[in-house]
Amino acid sequence: MGQKVGIPQGLLFFDYYPLWKEFFSELGAEIVLSSKTNKDILDRGVSTCVDEACLPVKVFHGHVCDLKDRVDYLFIPKFISIYKKEFICPKFLGLPEMIKNSIKDLPPIIDIHIDLRKSKINIVNSIIKGGKYFTPSLIKISSAYNKAFKYYEKYIKLLNQGIIPMDAIKMYNSSITHKTKDNDNKPKIMILGHSYNLYDEHISMNVIKKINNKGINIITPEMIDENKARKYSSKLPKRMFWSFGSKIIGSAFAIMEEIKLDGIVYVSSFGCGIDSILLDIIERRSRKETIPFTLLTIDEHTGEAGVNTRIEAFIDMIKWRKKNEAHISTHG
Amino acid sequence: MKLTFPHMGNTFISAKALMEDLGNEVITPPKCSKKTLEIGTKYSPETICLPLKINIGNYIESIEKGADTILITGSCGPCRFGFYSLVEQEILRDLGYDVEIITLDPPDGKPMELVKRIMKAANTKNLYKIVKNIVRGAKVLQAADELTDLANKIRPVAINGVEVDIIMDAFHSMIELVYGVDETLELIEDTKLKIGKVKTDEKKVPLKIGIVGEIYTIIEPFANLYVERKLGHLGVHIDKSLTPSKWVKHHLLPGPFGSKEEKEKWEAAKPYLSTLVGGHGRETIGSSVLYAKANYDGIIQILPLTCMPEIVAESILPTIQNDYNIPIMTLIVDEMTGEAGYLTRLEAFVDLLHRKKEEKNIAGVLPRS
Repeated sequence: MGQKVGIPQGLLFFDYYPLWKEFFSELGAEIVLSSKTNKDILDRGVSTCVDEACLPVKVFHGHVCDLKDRVDYLFIPKFISIYKKEFICPKFLGLPEMIKNSIKDLPPIIDIHIDLRKSKINIVNSIIKGGKYFTPSLIKISSAYNKAFKYYEKYIKLLNQGIIPMDAIKMYNSSITHKTKDNDNKPKIMILGHSYNLYDEHISMNVIKKINNKGINIITPEMIDENKARKYSSKLPKRMFWSFGSKIIGSAFAIMEEIKLDGIVYVSSFGCGIDSILLDIIERRSRKETIPFTLLTIDEHTGEAGVNTRIEAFIDMIKWRKKNEAHISTHG
Repeated sequence: MKLTFPHMGNTFISAKALMEDLGNEVITPPKCSKKTLEIGTKYSPETICLPLKINIGNYIESIEKGADTILITGSCGPCRFGFYSLVEQEILRDLGYDVEIITLDPPDGKPMELVKRIMKAANTKNLYKIVKNIVRGAKVLQAADELTDLANKIRPVAINGVEVDIIMDAFHSMIELVYGVDETLELIEDTKLKIGKVKTDEKKVPLKIGIVGEIYTIIEPFANLYVERKLGHLGVHIDKSLTPSKWVKHHLLPGPFGSKEEKEKWEAAKPYLSTLVGGHGRETIGSSVLYAKANYDGIIQILPLTCMPEIVAESILPTIQNDYNIPIMTLIVDEMTGEAGYLTRLEAFVDLLHRKKEEKNIAGVLPRS
């Protein structure tokens, strides 16, 4: 077996894991994942990271701590831009530097730059640079990437069909693609937030499953086609320069306009700079459309009981509204 | 059209003079105060950064004085400052204020849009007049920054540093009474002379501290709780890595190859941070290295809570602290920052620097035990 490449299960993991995994396995490397986020990883992240960082970045530090002693390489790409003239969060731009300066005794880091801001040519160089760690052959690298990209496309297709990433990650390389059909009479709630908050079961305290189990159909930004989301977010008076932003705002606007939505839950980590803008825009819009909106702010101190209570209260309210909206007392 | 703009250190002096010379009516927002911040905090999103909250306070106080047009600059990412105009517009609209916001965004592929907006703000279509006045406005900004630098230089060595504060306070309230570029420049020159007359104690040797961090909190004295005055009275000569006139040099009047100073900072930051992180994160790293190389006694980083680029910088600063053996302190400000705690931290830091300096001076005299 080849060299071990460690992939931390944090931040953009749920967005790109199939691509990364298939690419490196194709080149003969062994993929080692960090454990799923748990209390221990969170604690180690909190103690190594600067206090002011947001929860997902701290958790990512924890995953790196968890991995660093059992791999030959750590894969922490430096994401600058994933779409023309757009950026992603400033903390991602400096992520490899943050890790290097906060955690000691690290194995070599594969910190290739992903920068599509000006042109797509850069990405080719980055792929080659990433592949060169394992093979000098350009042909091998290119065929590995093409194969990996096919898996990635299949994964995105699964997501657009409405399968949540936790499940899609398990089924993208098998032939099962079944999905339980949504019952259309149930209320529909849109759960918004960054993929690394929503789908990490520890960070979000499994909010998706919790809401789903209460007999509610859920929609997340990943289930909306990227081009459609981009079309809706371009309606803003200012060009949206964050890729996360155009995904979250665009999908929220698209759903609000296209179907009758019963509520919006926004899961945001405390101190998230992008969310502070996005959720304000979405909240104002949902108020205009009279769609109930609630915000769950999470950080390392959030208690699960409090979150449960708020979700229950929100769902009760929506169900009452659905049942009793037309019954207005004559006496006010 | 009654024009107003948010406060940011000395910028209001030059923006006011410039717009008045172009024949506009200008409403200067009242000096930032607790009330400004309270208004801003009440109407802004909870987790947004401090500058927006103070901006909203400025606008509402100006609108109450009669302003109907707001002039601000913009950016295109990756820092959230780029969305200020959008969020501010929504907040003011939902509050029922009927004002127009003119945002001077970087061209972003549509240079004519920017020209149009500048013409609108300047209230004239005569480009020659606009350019001429902008150059004159930049001169005022330069002069105002020189005045602040002079005050910061004299304060730590003055026999009574409060005298400098009194002169500066008088200067700020006189700005309301002068009109246009020429009168403003005259007032600045007058004030410089006054400060030059403040008696100094030649025996005092000030410590030198470099201030780095997020541009707004460095420049706006209210946001950083008047750090330059507090440190000045503790006998510290400070140097700010960013000032309004430096910002103008970096962004509005760059030479054919961009600003030299900015390039130097990027070069210095390279071993620690090779790419941009938005805002002034890379400049913070670069300036810290340059301050360390220039033998400053210490560095203070100031940022508003949840500032994304500066958090990245903050996590890298400890490495610089070790590499160059220079103490670096990070101060985070938001609407909850208490003045007493803030002052205590500054005092403790200055004590530490004094001790470090003494140890260095006697290191050769006393044997190490």
